[in-house]
Amino acid sequence: MNDKPVNNRAWFFVLPVLIIVLFSALLPLMTVVNYSVQDTIGQNSFFWNGAAWFRELLDPTTDLGDRFAGALQRNLVFSFIILIIEVPLGIAISLCMPRSGWKVGPTLVIMALPLLIPWNVVGTIWQIFGRIDIGLLGYFINSLGIDYNYTGDAASAWFTVVAMDVWHWTSLVALLCFAGLKAIPDAYYQAARIDGASRLSVFRNIELPKLRRVLVIAILLRFMDSFMIYTEPFVVTGGGPGNSTTFISVDLVKIALGEFDLGRAAALSLVYNIIILAVCWLFFTVTTHLDQREGRPS
Amino acid sequence: MRYLNARAFGLGLYMLGLALPIYWLINMSFKTNEEITSGLTLWPHEPILSNYGKIFNDPSWYLGYVHSLTYVFINMAISIVVALPAAYAFSRYRFLGDKHLFFWLLSNRMAPAAVYALPFFNLYSSIGLFDTPWAVALAHCLFNVPLAVWILEGFISGVPREIDETAQIDGYSFPRFFIKIFIPLIANGIGVAAFFCFMFSWVELLLARTLTATAAKPITSIMTRTVSASGMDWGLLAAAGVLCMIPGAIVIWFVRNHIAKGFALGRV
Amino acid sequence: MSRITLDGIAHAYRGTAGKQDDYALKPLHHVWEQGMAYALLGPSGCGKTTLLNIISGLVTPSEGRLLFDEKDVTRLPTEKRNIAQVFQFPVIYDTMTVAENLAFPLKNRGLPRAQIEARVKEIAGILDLTPDLNRRARGLTADAKQKISLGRGLVRADVSAVLFDEPLTVIDPGLKWELRSKLKAVHRALDMLMIYVTHDQVEALTFADRVVVMKDGSVLQVGTPLDLFERPEHTFVGYFIGSPGMNLLPATITGNRARVGTLEIQLDGTYPNFIDRTAQLGIRPDHAILAAPGQGLPVQVQRVDDLGRVRLARVMLGNHPMVATVPQDMSVPVGAAGVLFEPGRLHVYIDERRVEGAAA
Repeated sequence: MNDKPVNNRAWFFVLPVLIIVLFSALLPLMTVVNYSVQDTIGQNSFFWNGAAWFRELLDPTTDLGDRFAGALQRNLVFSFIILIIEVPLGIAISLCMPRSGWKVGPTLVIMALPLLIPWNVVGTIWQIFGRIDIGLLGYFINSLGIDYNYTGDAASAWFTVVAMDVWHWTSLVALLCFAGLKAIPDAYYQAARIDGASRLSVFRNIELPKLRRVLVIAILLRFMDSFMIYTEPFVVTGGGPGNSTTFISVDLVKIALGEFDLGRAAALSLVYNIIILAVCWLFFTVTTHLDQREGRPS
Repeated sequence: MRYLNARAFGLGLYMLGLALPIYWLINMSFKTNEEITSGLTLWPHEPILSNYGKIFNDPSWYLGYVHSLTYVFINMAISIVVALPAAYAFSRYRFLGDKHLFFWLLSNRMAPAAVYALPFFNLYSSIGLFDTPWAVALAHCLFNVPLAVWILEGFISGVPREIDETAQIDGYSFPRFFIKIFIPLIANGIGVAAFFCFMFSWVELLLARTLTATAAKPITSIMTRTVSASGMDWGLLAAAGVLCMIPGAIVIWFVRNHIAKGFALGRV
Repeated sequence: MSRITLDGIAHAYRGTAGKQDDYALKPLHHVWEQGMAYALLGPSGCGKTTLLNIISGLVTPSEGRLLFDEKDVTRLPTEKRNIAQVFQFPVIYDTMTVAENLAFPLKNRGLPRAQIEARVKEIAGILDLTPDLNRRARGLTADAKQKISLGRGLVRADVSAVLFDEPLTVIDPGLKWELRSKLKAVHRALDMLMIYVTHDQVEALTFADRVVVMKDGSVLQVGTPLDLFERPEHTFVGYFIGSPGMNLLPATITGNRARVGTLEIQLDGTYPNFIDRTAQLGIRPDHAILAAPGQGLPVQVQRVDDLGRVRLARVMLGNHPMVATVPQDMSVPVGAAGVLFEPGRLHVYIDERRVEGAAA
């Protein structure tokens, strides 16, 4: 990083990106900020409302505040659960994937396929798959005697949404780890053989440390994406039964596009965005720190 | 040897788990609604092609695919073209505010679509782009451009600066150097960036649905039209879903040898 | 273990070889003696790493037997052989300290704690790693890491051979000499068999007691550095060793005379007639001394390179280019000159192999 020449004319190169992102990100955000401090009567007359929306949002005794607190809690629990499942599972799968030979191609294709399915189709697949009348999973679970119905029972709904996310995204973790594993030179494994290391020892002392960087990225990507999740659970459960699977995004879209409640939607958007920015900043700091420790240019 | 078999078994089980819901959808797409609702059959006992036929013969259905692919490719083109010079700048130079700009860019990769749905709706309506593929393509730039910059920066940093300097000494003008020499060197990286731009634009639903009404309706919106007076048309829904998976499968097949390299950068 | 024997060892990476060309390593017999330092020298792709990996067990040869003393270890897994290997780049366990790295092979073999500690201290002492014992291995320099890699090999008391696969590749040039001297010191102290793979002749010639020169999967010559220099058995050895390499002049041999172009040269021995075989005369630039015109064989001087410690003249012997040494006291020659061959230094090569002539 330090031996790069300083050249402020580089801003010209960055200008197109800047314009597009200003247009796509900053401009809309500014209108959101605008709405968040105003209230309307009727179609077009706005008046200043100060921080009232925010106070309402952060006060769990109000309707909005209660919805937000509930949704936030659900999001955190959801992200926690899927991280606990997807990260170890992804690592385990990546260890099982063939690294050379004819099997690599088809394996990669099947692994990557769930990642390229439009998210509402993912929702549709699981909406069907989990139904107790026409879905293989739903029918099968009920035939085992377990009471499973994602439209009526919150636990079943959670199970379905979690299973769907694991099905959908574990491949991302696995592919990242697979790439990380492929980068380990053979000599490490050879030296470990000479040293008489057990398979577990090889994993703990060679593979896991070398996967550290990739895992940080995988964990933070999965956390971010699961925190922002909208389409898939919405298609399957619509946020229900009741509001048991109503995540922040689902609520936000309901308030913004359904109820057209601009002020409240804006306040929620901003608080939501700030939380995400904070985690993003954490991500950036941790990876830069890790890069510096290993002497890599960041 | 036992270890290898355990690996193969574990992987096989997982891939079976991946394939099963997809198989179920494919299975359903070849059945009539009567067969679907009358009981669970593991494969179509009376297979039909009419679900697919309905889609291929109804312009409003297949146009949905056209619309979707249109905005995806427009988005890919814009993202790459805009990201290339920026990635070059970030990789090769230091300039005022570069670290902060880079961070802000990356944070947009993580922008929640839900926050932007309403503002985009207002914005693109007000400039008259509502219900065109351009609206969706530009909207997707929100997260795809930062992603493309991030990926390309990684690849460009892998090309030694000496090459730029040599070309300069050899008398190449910058545009000529960039197009004739540099781009072939990072062709890999451009491919990876294009792949991920395709992926994240193709799969996104909320913004695509919010910013279109009838003229540019993506296939993902049209699929909701499967409820009719006689109840849910499951076969049609399944067929539409299967057809939505095909572009993704084709793309992966073509880049399968480069996927690992793309993920190796870890900048997804 | 007092010796390692390669009995008909050959290896073809693509299954069984039908054709000669498929062999990465052509069938060879060799005995490695305890306490000696060997260098495996040759250009990239000559099979030296394959040979090394066969000895350490990372590759199982497609043909032949490998014997440690009298025991057939061809199929014995690597961890059961008493062998250590140091790779091209330092292989250390990032999460462990230096001491833990060194202790690792012993821990895996279940040795008691006290014994492990004593052994680690001993090896660290030999390799000058004692001050770093409690530091994280990750933060050290490349040469310290290579020493740790070596230490992990030496720490096992049953190890009697250490194999090196181009270990100085990533070391700073300034430190290469230091590390090389340390390796020689360790060799003398521990009296082990060391096999050192390299493509750098300087490394090979300074490190080894015996050098094994390889090319295209075959062993061309085994000998002391002096042997290789004075009596190369193969034209490639003559060319590869020495800087610049040996001069090779195409010739026709009759009896005890050789004809190079139009010039006749007297040979030290008598040779039978070689029909349909390529004959070459080889003489090192070091042994071809430039002289005044009229002395020795007539040559045309093209250019003189002053290398400081020696001046080399590029000359034409008839139509053939060769390199000769300009004596210290001679002024820079131009145009016609003579070249004298030191007695006993002219070698005859038939089909690239040296042939000794019958005494005249």
